[in-house]
Amino acid sequence: MDVLTWLIPISLFLGGIGLLGFLYTLRTDQYEDPAGDSQRILSADWDDRPRP
Amino acid sequence: MTTATLSACPACSAAPSAGDIAARAIPKPARLTLSLPTIHCAACISTVEKALAAVPGVNDARVNLTLKRAQVNAAPAVTAAELIAALAGVGYEAHELDPGSAAVTATDRAGRDLLMRLAVAGFASMNVMLLSVSVWSGAVDATRDLFHWISAFITFPTIAFSAQPFFRSARAALSARRLNMDVPITLAILLALVTSLWETALSGEHAYFDAALTLTFFLLAGRYLDHRTRAIARSAAEELTALEVPRAWKLVDGTETATPVADLRRGDLIRVRPGARMPVDGIVTEGSSETDRSFLTGESLPVPVAPGQPVSAGEVNLTGPLTLRATAVGQDTALHRMADLVAIAENGRSRYTPLADRAAKLYAPGVHVLSALAFLGWLAWSHDLRTALNIAAAVLIITCPCALGLAVPAVTTAASGRLFRKGMLVKHETALERLAQVDTVVFDKTGTLTAGAPVPTNLDAHDPASLSQVLALAEGSSHPLSRALTTALRARGVAPAPVTNLREQPGHGTEATLHDKRLRLGRATWVGAEERATTTAWLSVGAETPRPLSFTDALRPGAAEAVAGLKAMGLRVILISGDTSAAVAPLARELGIDDWTANALPGDKAERIADLQAQGAQVLMVGDGLNDTAALRAATVAISPASALDAARVASDIVLLGTDLSPLPGALRTARKTTRRIRENFRIATAYNVIAVPLAIAGLATPLIAALAMSTSSIVVSLNALRLR
Repeated sequence: MDVLTWLIPISLFLGGIGLLGFLYTLRTDQYEDPAGDSQRILSADWDDRPRP
Repeated sequence: MTTATLSACPACSAAPSAGDIAARAIPKPARLTLSLPTIHCAACISTVEKALAAVPGVNDARVNLTLKRAQVNAAPAVTAAELIAALAGVGYEAHELDPGSAAVTATDRAGRDLLMRLAVAGFASMNVMLLSVSVWSGAVDATRDLFHWISAFITFPTIAFSAQPFFRSARAALSARRLNMDVPITLAILLALVTSLWETALSGEHAYFDAALTLTFFLLAGRYLDHRTRAIARSAAEELTALEVPRAWKLVDGTETATPVADLRRGDLIRVRPGARMPVDGIVTEGSSETDRSFLTGESLPVPVAPGQPVSAGEVNLTGPLTLRATAVGQDTALHRMADLVAIAENGRSRYTPLADRAAKLYAPGVHVLSALAFLGWLAWSHDLRTALNIAAAVLIITCPCALGLAVPAVTTAASGRLFRKGMLVKHETALERLAQVDTVVFDKTGTLTAGAPVPTNLDAHDPASLSQVLALAEGSSHPLSRALTTALRARGVAPAPVTNLREQPGHGTEATLHDKRLRLGRATWVGAEERATTTAWLSVGAETPRPLSFTDALRPGAAEAVAGLKAMGLRVILISGDTSAAVAPLARELGIDDWTANALPGDKAERIADLQAQGAQVLMVGDGLNDTAALRAATVAISPASALDAARVASDIVLLGTDLSPLPGALRTARKTTRRIRENFRIATAYNVIAVPLAIAGLATPLIAALAMSTSSIVVSLNALRLR
């Protein structure tokens, strides 16, 4: 059972990274226009560099 | 009527009863708009309205749930601070809003806030569920205690953050001595946390940390779905309002300057070009033209105007440039006063209690009583506070309305999405429930069943030479009838006759010369012919008898299918128009509508709907003009096309985004299916409670059973909603 002392913190840490990632995308307005974004992936605009 | 006469609005003379009420409503010294971010149910509306009306000096208070706002008409002494204090007294947060500028971003922030809480709850419940599964599969002693403690450390901060919307709503309700759905939710979550912590401290077997978290997660999901459906409809409706003219051409010392409509003042001289909407009420000082008043009165024939005659805001100038002297601007225009009148008129939708509220009213007191009885019963039976509290918590958690909270939003989100793809925007959250009850459909004619654009009907009766003369004359004008002739004749391949001296006489028609003969195309009186009841333009060649060119207002695409479809569903279809019977009768015959009324004033339409409702009918009103708005508001449910005037779209529950009317019967079917699904969902939630509650009261419910029952019922309810697609 000693392995639990490692596994539980690790699993919480990994899940936490996922949560922080989601909160980051939320804070940077990445869900404002999901339908538009799913269409925009087809256009070649800003493929080479991010939109200013 | 004094002020109405001052502003001399023709719409008011067309609608005397409406004008009277509007005139009486004019002296409104204080008009306040409050934002109410925490309201979300019918009970909230009535509480807020009652609280506002109880403030001395308040004449009228109306809550708009879609915008989460309240509009208050009050005596000048009343300040927003007083109203805000009154609302705080009943447990609602309120802010003053500038009625001119709508706070759009605030609603987006609310959605993001919900999503963030949802994400945190989802993350925590997954981790705690993982630990709980280990406990259920047989972890004992120190391991079980360790898992419970870790769960507690994850759960407490998560609940403190994620469940805040429920806590706040429940605290607000309780401090105002009311009960709402969030009170049992909050109680269940808190009781689960306290008993679980106690059990954990005593190395007990059962902890409900996972239940508290999944409960929060499911309920937040329901609330987020609800919020999103409404936010999408709202932003789309805001885009539609771009129809309004923001700028007008003001004449200053003979030169035109572009001026925002909001800056126009009484007495300003304003130039209105052909094709533009009148920005203000005014008197024509220069120029003659025709105006299209169909939005205001339903008349399909253009009305001639000349210097000295009044025009009102919203009319469209058709032929010649006009100069107006403004007599009323902004909020004082006939257009705005009629829109305000509509806002005051009794609202058909307020009489409807949503299914969810009806369920909540039965539910909230029920679970409290049940849980309290279980607690007292077990305390009397076992004299053990710990057991009794555990049982009471289990009852509250098991009955907690996960499925109930998802039952309505899941279905309406699915249905709204389905209708949106068919080109219908559902603006109001109970619109579908009300649409499902409809047994009578009332249509407006101009702009609703018809496209509002004329089409020539008797071109075949004329010889090719006349047609080419007509085309030559018609091309010299941008009048709607001329444009209709040009389009129809060009489509037939007619070539224009080689006319000279082509010129337009604004308000009359066009004139030209051909082989030394004078050609005229225009109004009956101008060419020397008899006036006809239907829309007719006349062609006169020299001294010959004038020839009539008759027009009909073309049917909107899908109108025939929509009417036929509705009749096939066994609904009563009625046509009420402000136009003349000569224009209405043929259309009614063509569509197969036996029950029609012509020459209806705006007040008549609303009255007729009230009559129908008094006879027990549930009325769907489909209309687009300002003359329809009172009727749209009075009806059980209202639909307007996207081309409708702002006021009409605001008064309606569903907006048709395309020009096609044929999705109407489909929308009704979807609405009926939606209500059936919602009822099914309530039955599923009830059936689940009937099985689970006795288990909980008997003390047989373990956290595993609670988790299984809760998740199963929530998933079944969501899947049932998805069947709608």
